[in-house]
Amino acid sequence: MSARHYSLWLLARRSLRQHSLSTFVTALSLALASGLVMAVLGISAQSRTAFTIESTPFDAVLGARGSQLQLVLNSVFHLETSPGNLPWSAYQDVQKRPGVRAAVPYAVGDSWRGFRVVGTNAQMFDAELLGPRTPRPSVGRVFDETLREAVIGSYVAARTGVRIGDEIHPEHGVDEGHEHDEDYVVVGVLAPTNTPLDRCVWIPIEGMFRMGGHVLRGSGEEYHPQHDEEIPEEVKEVSAVLLAFSSPQVGLELDREFNKSGKDATLAWPIARVMAELFDKLGWMDRVLTLVALLTMLVGAASIVASLYDAMHQRRREMAILRALGARRGQLSRVVVLEATAIAALGALGGFVVYAAILFVARGILREQTGIVLDPTAVHASLALVPLALLALGALCGAIPAWKAYRVEVAEDLGPTS
Amino acid sequence: MHGMAEAVLDLRGVRKGFAAPDGSRVEVLDIAEFSLARGEQVALRGASGTGKTTLLHVIAGIVRADVGTVKVADADMAGLDEAARDAWRAKHVGYVFQTFNLLQAFSALENVALASMFAGDAKVERAKQLLARVGMGERLDYLPRKLSIGQQQRVAVARALVNAPALVLADEPTGNLDRANADTALALLRDTCRESGAALLVVSHDERVVQQFERVIDLAQLNRAAALGAAR
Repeated sequence: MSARHYSLWLLARRSLRQHSLSTFVTALSLALASGLVMAVLGISAQSRTAFTIESTPFDAVLGARGSQLQLVLNSVFHLETSPGNLPWSAYQDVQKRPGVRAAVPYAVGDSWRGFRVVGTNAQMFDAELLGPRTPRPSVGRVFDETLREAVIGSYVAARTGVRIGDEIHPEHGVDEGHEHDEDYVVVGVLAPTNTPLDRCVWIPIEGMFRMGGHVLRGSGEEYHPQHDEEIPEEVKEVSAVLLAFSSPQVGLELDREFNKSGKDATLAWPIARVMAELFDKLGWMDRVLTLVALLTMLVGAASIVASLYDAMHQRRREMAILRALGARRGQLSRVVVLEATAIAALGALGGFVVYAAILFVARGILREQTGIVLDPTAVHASLALVPLALLALGALCGAIPAWKAYRVEVAEDLGPTS
Repeated sequence: MHGMAEAVLDLRGVRKGFAAPDGSRVEVLDIAEFSLARGEQVALRGASGTGKTTLLHVIAGIVRADVGTVKVADADMAGLDEAARDAWRAKHVGYVFQTFNLLQAFSALENVALASMFAGDAKVERAKQLLARVGMGERLDYLPRKLSIGQQQRVAVARALVNAPALVLADEPTGNLDRANADTALALLRDTCRESGAALLVVSHDERVVQQFERVIDLAQLNRAAALGAAR
């Protein structure tokens, strides 16, 4: 750094220290604003990706007639209540459709320690069938469909401390319900997927049918499964069928069949579109939050102008002395712009801390509520654009007080000298 | 003109005036000729209103003369634009103010070194040496408010000399000092200028100061505008 540049930096740094309180308050407001903007944009982008693309290995969900969104939220994200059941035959029919690569039955409605219990079959864990997003046990194995065995998600294991060989007692209902009599032995813990799958307990669907107190109405009549009796296929029912297609064309055909022509079932396809529509509907919230944060940034920027402009009244003599020592007008202006930019830079640095804090809190809440885990190291454009915009804004804000510094007249502001 | 071969300061036909609030023109300076040889020390005696500060500002290039030439270390300050005058001042002119005008947020060393930085070269070692020379070597990191008036004046002297200027201007350099400190400060200023070879021009209305110089010029006689009673 040349002597002149060093002197400018020294002047700027010392001035900031002299006005440390206003510097701190201004930088803090900029940090809060920029951190909030980055957090809103970052969390929104990550959530959208997680909810629309990365959450499931399936393409579609077939369920009872009703809302596609409710179907997806219930079957994929394990939120909301089930819109109703489908007869077992619907599952069998769709399974046989050409182009349906996988059809996995889901039966929901029970829980264990607040985590949803899902009755399904071993195809759920078949990576050859479902591809790379398939949940796979990291410890143990997949359950035997003929036994009372359970596989638990990684988050369930972490929160409850349950290990392989432990017994669990599912409860009726998704909230606090009474315990069923049946014991299930944990035989596998899934590897973390950072998706809602981590928050589930998986048991064979046959076990779900036979859980004490469960009534099957697949035939329209109530059927109470008996211990030593095979359950007739016509009475069985499922909450949903998760589908993977060999091509989008299959989705189009089934969409036409179930949603446009049929009246008994609803196909939520593609899952990503259903969730994207939800995000689009909620997009105004992002925009409002971003707008509020941007306004806060503008207020912070205005306070840079105000604090430096006011300080210039007190610094006219100092500026005049510097001019008398040989400092050029342009150098003094650059000092002021440098100060403004430095305040903005402090704000931007603080913004990363605020961003990290918001992300940490949001990460915990989102994981607790949905199982989706935000990646704190994920890079997105706002992490670069917001600080750069803040620096540019800071430099711009410095221009007004810098003009005042430029206009300092030594002869007028140095007196009295004699 | 004082008859010396190598002048570091040479004023010829210098006039400077300002616009009065009523719109009329007020002449403050009208100097036919005045020069200062390299290493020379001169006192300008001047009462209030004789144009002392304006003269020093014109010589230092802080303001530009309306007419005439103001040669400082071979450059005509009257012919340079403001940025060039600033640069020239930084390198060739040291300035000691009546109120010292130290930068309050900066240490003694920084006050001195900053002056060298604006001349394009951070002379930190020279700043330390000069501060040691004026007896401030143990107080390099002191802020001005932690220094006595006499000590602040010493720092101001060191600052004026840090760029080894050809000319040092001192505007009532003892005006804020008691008698004992004034004598010490003036002696220090004269000695250090002598050692560095800088010419010294002191303006003062204090007879005790003026009488210590071999060459004394009465500003009221030098400045025809002051003689006419027009100076402000």
